[in-house]
Amino acid sequence: MEEIESESCDDEIVKKIMHVMRAAPHGTIYTYEGLEMILIMAAYDQDISVAFIDDGVYALKKGQNTEGIEMKGFAKTFGALDGYDVEKLYVDQISLEERGLTEDDLVVDVEILSSAEIGKLMTEQDVVVHH
Amino acid sequence: MNIGILLKEGPYNHQAADTAYKFAEAAIKKGHTIDAVFFYNDGVINATRLMDPPQDDRHIASRWAHLCQEHGVQMLACIAAAKRRGINDDVLIDCGTITGLGNLTDIAIRNDRLITFGD
Repeated sequence: MEEIESESCDDEIVKKIMHVMRAAPHGTIYTYEGLEMILIMAAYDQDISVAFIDDGVYALKKGQNTEGIEMKGFAKTFGALDGYDVEKLYVDQISLEERGLTEDDLVVDVEILSSAEIGKLMTEQDVVVHH
Repeated sequence: MNIGILLKEGPYNHQAADTAYKFAEAAIKKGHTIDAVFFYNDGVINATRLMDPPQDDRHIASRWAHLCQEHGVQMLACIAAAKRRGINDDVLIDCGTITGLGNLTDIAIRNDRLITFGD
């Protein structure tokens, strides 16, 4: 019987792929479609991480209510990423501070890093996809 | 070097589509291989042959079809993003394919670089 994913790559290749969330969760579709991409890539057993910088940190803010703009809220999905084996969530400290937020305002446990530390992680990746 | 391209912006509205095309052309000229161009977000609008710009302007969809026909670069549009924006097989450029994000993941894995164009 043929393999279902006959065209996919050698299973032993594990690439470091970082997704960078930079935009507010609503206002543009970048964050939402970025999340969709993360969820699919998570199924491929790669070394996935997500960095939240600039307005991207708002994606993780507790207590969002999207009823008024008639759009689906998805902060909870970010909060559940560890269920998809996406456990490396990095938040830029200065981006949080500039917006008056602290770790307690976020829906999920994250690692708070300096911009320099996030920059260093980026240089270690095979692939960086910004959203 | 083997390169995949991820294009996240629509044509004409944003220069990303032009820059990605020029990059692909230049890379091929230098002897690199462009494996695929994957259209995501509004980038999927690059994949409709219905665009009809004034004659003195570049025809972005034709550029992509040309890249595919002349150099074997796959032109792939994400199905979820395409469905939201009314892009389907009926309007697709010659040589274009609607596919899933799993295909983008494979492109990211099998190439030396995945290069993203867009805001």
